[in-house]
Amino acid sequence: MHSNILEIEDLHVHFPIHIGTVRAVENVTMTIPQGDVMGLVGESGCGKSTLGFSILRLLRPPGEFAGGQIRYHGRDILQMNTKEVLDLRGKRIAMIFQDPLTSLNPLFRVGDQFVEAIQTHENGVSKKEALQRAAATLERLGIAPDRLQEYPHQMSGGMRQRIMIGMALVLNPDLLIADEPTTSLDVIVEAQFLDLLNELRKQFNLTILLISHNLGIVAQMADRITVMYGGRVVESGGAAAVFAEPRHPYTQGLLASIPNIKLDQPQLRTMPGAPPDLVHPPPGCVFHPRCAYVEGICREQIPPAFKVGDHLTACWRYG
Amino acid sequence: MKNLLRYVITRTLLTIPMLFILLTIVFVVVRIMPGDPVSSMLGGHAPQKVIDKKKEELGLNRPLIVQYGSYLLQICRLDLGDSMIFKQKVMDAIGDKLPATIELTFFGMLITLVVGVPLGAYAADKRRSAQDYGIRLYGIVIYCIPVYWLGLMLQMIFGIWLDIFPIAGRTGGHVFASTFEQTGFYVLDTLLMRDFSAFGDVLVHLVLPSVTLGLTLSGIFIRLTRANMLDVLKADYILAAEARGIGHRRVVYKHGLLNAFVPILTMMGLQVALLMAGALLTETTFSWPGIGRLLLERIYQRDYPTIQGVIVIFAIIVALVSLVVDIIYALIDPRVRY
Repeated sequence: MHSNILEIEDLHVHFPIHIGTVRAVENVTMTIPQGDVMGLVGESGCGKSTLGFSILRLLRPPGEFAGGQIRYHGRDILQMNTKEVLDLRGKRIAMIFQDPLTSLNPLFRVGDQFVEAIQTHENGVSKKEALQRAAATLERLGIAPDRLQEYPHQMSGGMRQRIMIGMALVLNPDLLIADEPTTSLDVIVEAQFLDLLNELRKQFNLTILLISHNLGIVAQMADRITVMYGGRVVESGGAAAVFAEPRHPYTQGLLASIPNIKLDQPQLRTMPGAPPDLVHPPPGCVFHPRCAYVEGICREQIPPAFKVGDHLTACWRYG
Repeated sequence: MKNLLRYVITRTLLTIPMLFILLTIVFVVVRIMPGDPVSSMLGGHAPQKVIDKKKEELGLNRPLIVQYGSYLLQICRLDLGDSMIFKQKVMDAIGDKLPATIELTFFGMLITLVVGVPLGAYAADKRRSAQDYGIRLYGIVIYCIPVYWLGLMLQMIFGIWLDIFPIAGRTGGHVFASTFEQTGFYVLDTLLMRDFSAFGDVLVHLVLPSVTLGLTLSGIFIRLTRANMLDVLKADYILAAEARGIGHRRVVYKHGLLNAFVPILTMMGLQVALLMAGALLTETTFSWPGIGRLLLERIYQRDYPTIQGVIVIFAIIVALVSLVVDIIYALIDPRVRY
């Protein structure tokens, strides 16, 4: 048995558009050990969601894989045929999305959407049996089974997000990709949801890839962290280590920009500059135009990942 | 369901003022047209005395406002009046021809949907491919082609050159429509009689007219379906369904198309008016004995009551269909509440 459930190696994802090629994911390497929660953080447009969708081979057109491997239990997903990928989706690797309000089909009863998911992956399961399993799963999430009769618009946002989770877990996947799962929930529902996720993680023996721009929830949940910027991984390592000692100037800036209630800050700290243009990324380190420590080499050569202490940092200061 | 009933009643009541406005317009317009029923009946050279006598008989010598008033009274008694040309009740003339038109428009709509919706959905799924461009080109071209020209071309190709389908009428020479049971819908009549050779003959006669009518409108439905599908396919629940491992085709044509179909349905209700207009031309091209052709003939003869009657019937059909569409809409989409 492989101890790493997912290994992404040197992955490139490109979107050819009329003005050039958007290099959404460049040279990304990431390993998720069985049972861990990997937090994937970065600002909007840094490629973190694209990376999440890549794992299920769900790139929106015109997205294409331009190189690399995504190995699930040692098998490269990018080499699988369509049927193998369909078997993987939902059954082995499940995904939940940002907006629970729009992630359920409005025209079908919630129960029927469960039944469809179950019957897609398990031949010969009757509708009644599938509904029973759905009800059992919902009960574990604290939702009354008669909710299965309802349509999505009859439920609240938090309820729908739990339904989404239920639908993801009813087939017992071992990897859950959660793409900004709490962004559209309010703070209280978010906290409840994270507790639930933690609980389920133990119950279902889940490995989770938690994609978020919210460092708070990542700090609360993740065992490991990968920080992305401009389609590249800039820093990765154990969550505690990265939060305690951020090495990359981008990670440092990101952590520094979280407002601290204990400090008397007249103004919130921000990072100067804007995210890079991924069609024409800056030469050398993608972060150099915004970096306070920029040197000559940063403008010319892309930094490799240097091992500093117990985590990896793609910055020339450590080279 | 109680709310739905209330909605249906409200909608029906709202149709009444609409009908009165329409009637008034038609009443005025037919009388503004040059000529009148008497001169079309008697020709240009009848003696003035005869003309006056005929006018008095038909009530055309009374002031317009009086004619209008008595016509409205008649309508309120649900009576469309008598033809001014023939000894015939307008209701009977329409009753004779209406089933033919309904049959034609029903099959026309069927062909529009069968051609337009799947092609539009397919084009959206394969957007920016050669197939997509091909389907969109077809959609625009077919929309621009006049109905009668398309009818003539189909008659020439399939009726004359290939000689597969008849080009006129509802039945062939060996089938006697007068022996049919009396619903007037030949497809139904022949089925009720279990006369399958006559049934086949009726269907064969329906092919060219309904294909002509159906194809003309299919262009609109291709574009409409494609546009709606493009929106729907961007929705999160489509991605979520794919992420659950459901096959692409099922996601597109079940999850996607059903959602895209809701606005298409609304459009269907509106298109019935266009379909009726198309039926008028199609009936003329194919010598189809429907109310479209009846309307045209009676316009030539300035048969005021029949013209008014046919237009009222057209309006009622359009109103009725959009009402039915609204009801289906509520049945498909659980979020719709009346």
